Order: sequence, then structure tokens, then C-alpha cells
Amino acid sequence: MEIINTINLTKDIDWEFIDQVRKESGQDTALCYQCGNCTAGCPYTEFFDYPVNQIMRLLQTGQKKMILNSRAIWLCATCEGCTTRCPCEIDVAHIMDILRIIARRENYVSEKDVKKFYDSFLASMKHHGRVFEMEVLLGYNLRSGHFLTDADLGPKVLGKGKLHFLPTRIKGKDQVARIFEKFYEKEKNRG
Amino acid sequence: MAETKYTYYSGCSLEGTAIEYNISVKLILKTLGVSLQEPEDWSCCGSTPAHTLGHVFAAALAARNLEIAEKMGLGTLITPCPACLSALKKAHVRMTKDPAFKKEVNALLDKPYQGGVTPKSVLQIIYEDVGLEAVAKKVTLALTDLKVAPYYGCILNRPPEIAQFDDPENPIAMDKIMTAVGVEVCDFAFKTECCGAAFGVPKRNMVNKLTYKILNMALEAGANCIVVACPLCQQNLDLRQAQVNATMRSSFNIPVLYFSQIIGLAYGYSPKELGIDKHAVNADRVISSRIPVEELAEKKKEKAKKIKAKEEEGA
Ligand code: SF4
Ligand code: SF4
Repeated sequence: MEIINTINLTKDIDWEFIDQVRKESGQDTALCYQCGNCTAGCPYTEFFDYPVNQIMRLLQTGQKKMILNSRAIWLCATCEGCTTRCPCEIDVAHIMDILRIIARRENYVSEKDVKKFYDSFLASMKHHGRVFEMEVLLGYNLRSGHFLTDADLGPKVLGKGKLHFLPTRIKGKDQVARIFEKFYEKEKNRG
Repeated sequence: MAETKYTYYSGCSLEGTAIEYNISVKLILKTLGVSLQEPEDWSCCGSTPAHTLGHVFAAALAARNLEIAEKMGLGTLITPCPACLSALKKAHVRMTKDPAFKKEVNALLDKPYQGGVTPKSVLQIIYEDVGLEAVAKKVTLALTDLKVAPYYGCILNRPPEIAQFDDPENPIAMDKIMTAVGVEVCDFAFKTECCGAAFGVPKRNMVNKLTYKILNMALEAGANCIVVACPLCQQNLDLRQAQVNATMRSSFNIPVLYFSQIIGLAYGYSPKELGIDKHAVNADRVISSRIPVEELAEKKKEKAKKIKAKEEEGA
């Protein structure tokens, strides 16, 4: 007999989590009737641990830990396919986004490299006001310990006048940095 | 044409790895009589990484630019980059629809954004405001060898509530523009599939697998070139094509050009002026045969005459 992985969805229902996602996303997650349209069109299904419709089901049944530990929420590219195709007009991509935000806030990071890349990008933006691609890549390589990521691409872009070695620093970079600081301040007060 | 002057937000990629997109867009818009004004001291739109932190935060990074654009008073802001467009437009739409959200966003900004800017893609204003007829009028050279697969990528037309342009499942704006400049367009089933987006660096294998499918489908469609409107798509398909070949044991060698570069070629600009030499995959073999449109028309006439003569002979 084939063994099928089953999840007991009536166990550990986290009602507070269900409510939190509903509030933060502004979406009625109860509307999902598991048609699977979102998953059928999701380019990342083969890489997800739980396909996006399963994330929706886990959400309806308040399986907070399983969701926040999932790789799916970090591998979702916000391609908006699911949102465009959901017959119930649920903004599924927005829900995935909210789940990732909550995961970040509560320190559940199943895909560390993805987060490190984002962090490297944000650091460059905060620093200069604009993103400096070279710094993002080098910053990522340092953060992740994958020192040679994309080293093979170097010869393809260097010499073509594409990668600058100095960032563009905008005059209003302090204004941009203030957006970061005010945001962090607000998050701290969230309690 | 309704408007001829727009606020132009290029975005960070177009200052670096996608500099040729910037150059070619500016050249063709100038030819089409569209003038651009860049917002002074613009900053990064926030892109994908910002909305992993929070939506108010992401919107604030975008809205700082919208506020600068608002003061310029031109109404419409155009950007070539779909990721910038998505960030700017999401911020704009949510802020104008939801006063509480707007208040929260503006609380993070030094100067508040009131909602007076309409963000659009460069593609959209070429299609809607300039119009296909005007686009066709400027053509001087025929690109006789080129067969393109139009690849729109994931977020240019999605979700429809934000994009408010073209069709989310089967967009046609780029197809029609290519046809207008005399380029043969293939039926391409993967117009809106995702190329792997910003995962190129941290999840390279995943991206290579996704782009493999797109490159493969383009060849199956009979294309010898992929035409794109997004710097990330361009990078994943072109710059990473050799990686795809290494990971997937394939042997792709298909050039990936921006739609603006192809328009520019039809307008008589040299590949160098359009930055085509900056791509990883060489495009020479599909773009080198360019002949004046008059010559092509003459050739076609001759051919038709010959066919007619043959038919008459046979009859
Ligand atoms: S498409 Fe919508 S209704 Fe269908 S499974 Fe996905 S979220 Fe649920
Ligand atoms: S937005 Fe995310 S979950 Fe939805 S289809 Fe795209 S990758 Fe899949």
C-alpha cells in the first residue's frame, strides 16, 4: 500500500493567526474552495514544499508553524499569476507576501539565501538611496558565504560599460534612510 | 497624440546592467517626438525586497518618487521597468483607494504624496498615446531575417487591477508594435510565464530551469530572437543563457533584445548606438541584414510580378 503523507488539520488550529493574516492582508481566506487554479498556473510549484493552494488550506486551518516554516513563502516570486486567476478574486500573491512578512518578523526563515539577497539589496538602497548592483552581489556573497556566486558572469558584463565600481549617491539618501528608520521604529513599537 | 511630455523614471537597473534599455528607449522616444523629464534626485522604487519587510514601507520607498514627480506637474510618469512600474503603481493605487494606508505611508515620508501621478509603462504610452500608425511612420529599414518571440514576463500585465493595460493572459501590445515596425512575430505560448525574477543570485538553479522552458518554447515557436520589456527577464534569458546551457546541458544561442532596440534598428540606428553589443548573446546574425523599406517594397513588387507572369504562362 502506498503511504500518503497526511496532515491532521483539526489539530492545533491557531485562530489568532487566521485572524491576523485576514486583517493584515485584507483578504477573506475563507473564500478559497481549493479549486487549485493558483497552483496549476504557479511557475514555482515544482520548487515549493507546499503548493500555493495547500498554503491556502493550511491557512484556513490555522497551521501557523507549518506555513511560516515553509520554503514556499520564500520562493514565491510575486508573479501575480495566482491573484490573476483565482475565481474567488482572492489576492493570493498578497497573502503569500503577508505570510513572508510575518515569517521575517517572527524569525522563521526557511530560505536563508533568499533573505540574505534581499537584505543585501535593502542595505545598498539604504546606503545610497539607489541600488548599486555590484554591491548587492558582493554583499550577498559575503553574507551567504557563497563567495563565487555569479563570478562566471563577470567577464560578460565587465568591459561593456555596464557595472560601475562606484555607486550613485543621491542627495536625498538621508530621506530614504529615514524611511527605513521610521519603519523599524514602528515595528519595534508593535510589541 | 494626446501628450508629448512625460516624467521619466528609469530605475536603478537601467543605470547599470540594463543601461542599453535606457539608451534605446530614449533614442526611440526622441524619434517619436516624446520628450522626457527625469525626477530630480529620484531613489530606488523598493522593488521585490522592500515588500518582504512591509507594504507600508515598500509603498513609502515608491511614493518618495511619486511625490517628486507630483511636484513636476506632468501628470503621467513613465518607466521602462516592469518591477518599478509595479512598485510605483501599487503604491499609487493603494494610497488613492485607502486613506488609512495613505496616512501610514505618508507618516514615513518627509513630504507627503497626494495621489496626483499616473504611473504607466513606456510600452503603454507608445501603444496608446503615440499609436501604431505613428510608430510605423518612422520606419526606414526592414529587418528581413528577424523572427521574434514576444516575451512580456510576469508582472507587466498582472494583476489586471494594477496593470490596467492590455490582457493579463494574452498581452498583444508588443506583438502589435513589432508588426508595426515590420518585424515578423511568432505565436508564443509563454508570453507571461515567469523567468525566475529576482532569484538569479540566490537560487540560480531554479532560475536556470525556468528560463530553460522559455528559451525552449521560443525555439519551438520558430523564433530566432526573443523580444522583452523587462531588465530582469533580459538578464535571466541573455546573461544567464550560458549558465542554462551548463546546468541543463542545452545549447541555446538565441539573442534577447529589448523591444526598444528592435524599434531603433527599424528606425535606422546602428546596433552600437542601441547598445546591442552589450548583450551576452551576439545578435548579429539575425539583425545584420537590414534593407531600406523602399527596396523591400520594390523587391516584393518584382516577386509579385514574376508570380503573376508565371501564372499567366501556365494558364
Ligand atoms: S485559485 Fe483561489 S479558490 Fe482556487 S485554490 Fe487557489 S486560492 Fe483557492
Ligand atoms: S505569486 Fe507566488 S504563489 Fe502566486 S503563482 Fe506566482 S510564484 Fe506562485
